[in-house]
Amino acid sequence: MLTLPMLAVHQPKSVDEAVALLRDIPGARLLAGGTDIVPNLKYGMYETGNLVALRGISRELRYIREEESELRIGAMCSVDQLANHARVIELFPSLADAASQIAGPQLRRMGTVGGNLCLDTRCVYINQSHFWRSALGYCLKKDGTVCHVVKGGQRCVAAASNDTAPILVALGAMVRLVSPRGERIIPLDDFYIADGVKNTQLARDELLVEARIPLAAARLRQAYGKLRLRQAIDFPALNFGVTISVEEQKVAALRLCVGALAARPALVRHVDELRGRPVSTPEEIRALGQELGLRAQRQCKPLTNIGVDPEWRREILPVLVRRGVERALLS
Amino acid sequence: MSNTNGYRWHDPIHAPGGVGARIPKSDGAAKADGSGIFTDDLSFPRMLHAKLLRSPHAHARIRSIDTSKAEALPGVIATLIGSEMPARYGVIPWTHDEQALATDHVRFVGDEVACVAAVDERTAEAALRLIEVDYEVLPALLSPQDALAHPEIKVNERAKVGNITKHVSLSFGDVDGALSAATARSHHTYEYAGNTHAAIEPHCAVARADADGNLTVWSSTQIPHYVHRELSRVLGLAPARIRVIQPLLGGAFGGKSDPFSLEFCVAKLALKTGRPVKLLFTREEVFYSHRGRHPMTMDVQVALDADGRIAAVDNKILIDGGAYASFGLVTAYYSGQLLTGPYRFGSYRFDSTRVYTNKPPCGPKRGHGSVQPRFAFEVALDEAAAQLELDPIEVRRRNFIGENVDTVNGQRITSNGFLKCLELVESASGWKERHGRMGRGRGLGVAGSMYISGTAYPVYPNEMPQSGVLVKLDRSGRVAIFSGASDIGQGVNTLLCQIASEELGCDPRDVTVVASDTDLTPVDLGAYSSRVTFMTGTAAREACGKLRTQLKLAAADKLGCAADQVEIELGTIRSAADAAKNASFMQACQWAEAREGRPLAETGGYRTKDIGEGKLGGEYRGGTIGASPAYSFTAHIAEVEVDEETGLWRCTNVWAAHDCGKALNPTLVEGQIEGSVYMGVAEAQLEEMSYTASGQHRGPSLLDYRIPTSLDTPLIGASIVESGDPNGPYGAKEAGEGPLHAAIPAIANALFDACGIRVRELPFTPAKVLALIRARDEAQRGAAC
Repeated sequence: MLTLPMLAVHQPKSVDEAVALLRDIPGARLLAGGTDIVPNLKYGMYETGNLVALRGISRELRYIREEESELRIGAMCSVDQLANHARVIELFPSLADAASQIAGPQLRRMGTVGGNLCLDTRCVYINQSHFWRSALGYCLKKDGTVCHVVKGGQRCVAAASNDTAPILVALGAMVRLVSPRGERIIPLDDFYIADGVKNTQLARDELLVEARIPLAAARLRQAYGKLRLRQAIDFPALNFGVTISVEEQKVAALRLCVGALAARPALVRHVDELRGRPVSTPEEIRALGQELGLRAQRQCKPLTNIGVDPEWRREILPVLVRRGVERALLS
Repeated sequence: MSNTNGYRWHDPIHAPGGVGARIPKSDGAAKADGSGIFTDDLSFPRMLHAKLLRSPHAHARIRSIDTSKAEALPGVIATLIGSEMPARYGVIPWTHDEQALATDHVRFVGDEVACVAAVDERTAEAALRLIEVDYEVLPALLSPQDALAHPEIKVNERAKVGNITKHVSLSFGDVDGALSAATARSHHTYEYAGNTHAAIEPHCAVARADADGNLTVWSSTQIPHYVHRELSRVLGLAPARIRVIQPLLGGAFGGKSDPFSLEFCVAKLALKTGRPVKLLFTREEVFYSHRGRHPMTMDVQVALDADGRIAAVDNKILIDGGAYASFGLVTAYYSGQLLTGPYRFGSYRFDSTRVYTNKPPCGPKRGHGSVQPRFAFEVALDEAAAQLELDPIEVRRRNFIGENVDTVNGQRITSNGFLKCLELVESASGWKERHGRMGRGRGLGVAGSMYISGTAYPVYPNEMPQSGVLVKLDRSGRVAIFSGASDIGQGVNTLLCQIASEELGCDPRDVTVVASDTDLTPVDLGAYSSRVTFMTGTAAREACGKLRTQLKLAAADKLGCAADQVEIELGTIRSAADAAKNASFMQACQWAEAREGRPLAETGGYRTKDIGEGKLGGEYRGGTIGASPAYSFTAHIAEVEVDEETGLWRCTNVWAAHDCGKALNPTLVEGQIEGSVYMGVAEAQLEEMSYTASGQHRGPSLLDYRIPTSLDTPLIGASIVESGDPNGPYGAKEAGEGPLHAAIPAIANALFDACGIRVRELPFTPAKVLALIRARDEAQRGAAC
């Protein structure tokens, strides 16, 4: 079978200890549930001899609580916990829905919220064995200078494939990051950058410890949408989170965040023009959904980074978005 | 009916653990609780781990290989290159076109080039990167069309003409005349994508040479006997020096029915180093070893007369073989020869060409060679019937070929329960009330099929038994069956226990099956072409029947009655006249052992020539390929739901009825039907061996190569039809492969019922379905104008 490289596993007992280890050991990588990093290590995607295992601090970071008008989710919560948490289901059903659609039951029990938010980008040309990549020719993401997705491309377009990110961005979530220098709290939308090699602004010695969702966002009408060819296991072939604030039966605000296309989950632009649209009847809701879907389609360019026909994904994106809007507003 | 030894069959007695009983699989608990010993579970002191270096090029010459740096790596014990065992081999004796490791020519990305044995896998893997291979890259031929267009570029030297593995052209009756006289006709091209077995256990082999120079190879194979033969040929070692053992197997489906490089490499490395050697494939390597379903391009014509009878079928087939022949010679024949039932063809012609390409070699996957043409034919039949406004079930019923009849190409059909199969699925699915009336996006489709129960003749011509079984009883009351047959999950070991129970009255749990060990067990040709229940079952029945006679004779003496008055029932042997005169099975064994004055052991064998049907197959070149002692029949109805806005669809239900002659264990037969339907639906929905422009497999993993999860699997209603074949053991025929075929065309025909679209290209991806729906709408708009 595929072997893991020889690894030293460090087991910090606190967040401070963990980030100190990250600071002190160049190239060290984090191990939480292992559902992402272990196969990637077997594929030789990282040059590292050191893992910082977070199991010892899982107590510290395994919580879901309401505090200061926010729902705070510790990074070591499993995505299964998130999917089945009564308050999450009540306040942010779209988030619970997204979490419940990750992989399969066993992987959801191992995989963590922090791990899903920091999931490495994926591409059919990178999530392959060392032999496979060497046979085709290495690419921008690791060891190479070419992109097999975009001919002549200079920037890696491996796809953000997290299920929880698009809906958390649409809900206006923040993330708390801790390093030996202290902590910072930033919008999740700013956390991501459009670079497939590393699509977050997490510093080398920084740890994502918590996601925060304003409780006010619970009032938003919301839906998560995921396209996949199988009903389980698959990463998204396309996914999105949509939130709509409705006042007096009109759209007051709207956010649509689309994932699994490019290196980062992306908010669809120019949606403010849809403010004021009436949504009191199914026909009006459908019209809004169609309009939003077309805007998304104009901005989104599915690529061959995911092994599902890009042209088809582009074609059905408006349908999926319209249905998401209908789910959000009709339920 | 009697066999060559004059032994007479008796009527089955239906012991509770015997034939027809739903007893659990003999290895089921061990597989479920993890205690079963698979090849990879074997470990020996000082055992080395081997890894294969594979070609990164789809097509190249090897100028040189330098293993010196790898050998210098601490922990590396030996390396191996092709020139150390250059002999060519292959499962079919006429197409020896493979080498354990390439000596000078690599033919696909993943072709084996060198091997390293080291103290652990990690070291072996590191050593592979130190091997220097100087390649001269050659142009790669990645499609059969390209391979035909460029005969000057030779993918495989064995091809006599260009890149053709095998060309078969056969014609029966006046096809052109019938085509031109026909009332309804369908003529289209169909594309069947390649797909693979995806057995959960990756291939694994372990070899050990003992101090006396005997070599033992444990391998996850479904053909220990052929592996034995090819090891002997390639290693240049007498067969008597080689022992091949197949441990518990985690699925095969045809993907383990070739000899593979890993078996030769571990054997050679064990001989070279004097240490045991193991090689376990990664999932990626399983994809490169492949031997799965051949991609086929099929130009199919089906013509019906005014009464809806099949007047002519004409099929021109181009088969993408990949880099080696495997069973390809047979594939070329099967693609045509196995289509001629369950319907009567007025005339028939097929022209089939298998070509070499620079991709992983295709081979036999469940339903070998005939799944692809069956799909095309059953869709074309539906389409032609629609022109006559004939119900899809009615056209199939009307063309039923019958029992005890010869097909247009000279195959002898004995039992045939196809009409019963159709009737069962018709009523189970509510066809009459629902077909054509389910509204936009929902539909039902039907299809039928036929498959062989073993091939009439062995792969290498000889007069010896195709299956052999040795059964031993002793005074403990334990029964030991020595069988060369491979249990690959189909449950043959369980069936052997049931046959022993049926014949001898023993508890099936008191039977030990010693299986697939070439030192200990009689030769059986292996688990392929659905031959095992039919052939091994017949051999076991003969051996157990002889012992039954001995038990009866001994019991008659002791119980004081005539031998024909002795009755055997589970655990007991007694006088028919006086039930108080009885003894336990163990007591009977002791009486018989005493009476015989020697240990109790008998053998049984199967040869097609002994079953009394005369020479099977047509009187023409190739007429014996596809000839089988019996044929199974299947009918499926599939139900689909289509999302017309996205093309996403799902198969919600499949009703499958299968004529297996006699279900020796109905639970196992249902399992085979369900597994077959699952695999068929998978091929229709998802599976495809897809390659980059440079010939590299796009996603050799179970994440990228998608097989359905339980959530993607339809509800399956499996029904068994028992037509009672005159030649099968207790009337049994095959059940492992036939029930796959009909699932795919049934789904295609259901998509037509649901949306009015004809899908002719596998897999039916949502993108293709959506494109067809849009074209349909376009055509309707055009018609409306």
